[in-house]
Amino acid sequence: MTLAERVLDGDVRAAARLMRDIDDRFKSAVAELKTLYPHTGNAYILGLTGPPGAGKSTLVDQIIAAFRKKELLVGVVAIDPTSPFSGGAILGDRIRMNRHAEDAGVFIRSLATRGCLGGMSRSTMDVVNVMDAMGMDVVIVETVGVGQDEVDIVSTAHTTVVVMVPGMGDDIQAIKAGILEIGDVFVVNKADRDGADRTARELAAMLEMKHPEPGAWLPHVLKTEGSRGIGVEELMEEFEAHRAFLKSSGALQRLIQERNAKLFADTLREELFDRVFGAINENGDYCRITDGMRNRTTDPYTAVEEVLAARAFP
Amino acid sequence: MAERKLRVLVGKPGLDGHDRGAKIIARAFRDAGFEVIYTGLHQTPEQIVSASIQEDVDCIALSILSGAHNTLLPAVNELLKEKGADDIVLMVGGVIPEEDIPGLKAAGIREVFTPGTSTETIVAWVRDNVTPHA
Repeated sequence: MTLAERVLDGDVRAAARLMRDIDDRFKSAVAELKTLYPHTGNAYILGLTGPPGAGKSTLVDQIIAAFRKKELLVGVVAIDPTSPFSGGAILGDRIRMNRHAEDAGVFIRSLATRGCLGGMSRSTMDVVNVMDAMGMDVVIVETVGVGQDEVDIVSTAHTTVVVMVPGMGDDIQAIKAGILEIGDVFVVNKADRDGADRTARELAAMLEMKHPEPGAWLPHVLKTEGSRGIGVEELMEEFEAHRAFLKSSGALQRLIQERNAKLFADTLREELFDRVFGAINENGDYCRITDGMRNRTTDPYTAVEEVLAARAFP
Repeated sequence: MAERKLRVLVGKPGLDGHDRGAKIIARAFRDAGFEVIYTGLHQTPEQIVSASIQEDVDCIALSILSGAHNTLLPAVNELLKEKGADDIVLMVGGVIPEEDIPGLKAAGIREVFTPGTSTETIVAWVRDNVTPHA
């Protein structure tokens, strides 16, 4: 049996190995993903993003528990940064959620960014697809702790949750561009801390500044205490409301369209680069180009034009 | 062909709360270029094995200072066998009496590191003895 067939058969080890093959860029994983693709598209994908230490993992732990109470199967992709120096990583999101490790209805996978910016890893979308094909009802993606404009999560998730904490700056921070534009749901976590009300108020004020288009989703600001599970029930209701909105408004189709377009574009970009770069590396053109750039006899713009012209691209 | 990155689970089974050693090892593995899945304190053998399978790790590195190594470690190894995952290399570091080491090795624990071992020694051992899953 192929890995993909075993995944569809419910084999957890096969799923874990396939995710590894995807992450390690094994060519064989592509064939497996082809087999799985028709079985995807059923999971509700929930994205959580926000600065490091905002309590994303702890909140995810509570959200897993809440979905499990509804007897839904839950997959989690938790992303942490790769060291730019050693290439190693410490993936620690599991610490907060490992009480679910023994629950056969939960599958948690940690991924390292491996040099990918944007708060995600290159493999995220494919790993989400594997979980989807495994039959997970919900897949939660927790991004690496992000700063201001790591917004890739929106093209992956149906519902994007931005998790903030009190005391992260004044209201001008809240009207800057970036992650504060992408939330479908805003959470002020650690709401027992000083300044939580003020942070929530400023976020709400920022959201109200935007003139809503008719029929558009209006994001709310919710307060939670992840470690004690306070506010999680309201959060779950908000997810449900957003999901219902996506279905009734037709926004879901648009979202799926964008997601598919991105998956295709990313795959194309990667494949084209690998092929072209592999070819010029092999035939020595790459060396000649870098030598030429060093002597200033060629420039990167001309070199790329020549490389592409030598191949059958219109 | 793409290259495998070594994945190691670092965790503490049982009830002792001293995780400085585990954190130092996690950090040393990170600096060696491994991906470390750090599960933290108070893990049951079931949690460790289940997390190891979901994360597809090549090696499990446990830290035990409580004296419960003769109970916890064979339990982890048994569970790995039960799940068909005993290709994962199981190693331990901690306060473990010399006379317990042969018994642990007989129970499937591949290596036992006692206090005073340098992180270089442990990283080198992993490089020599752990081959990433094909």
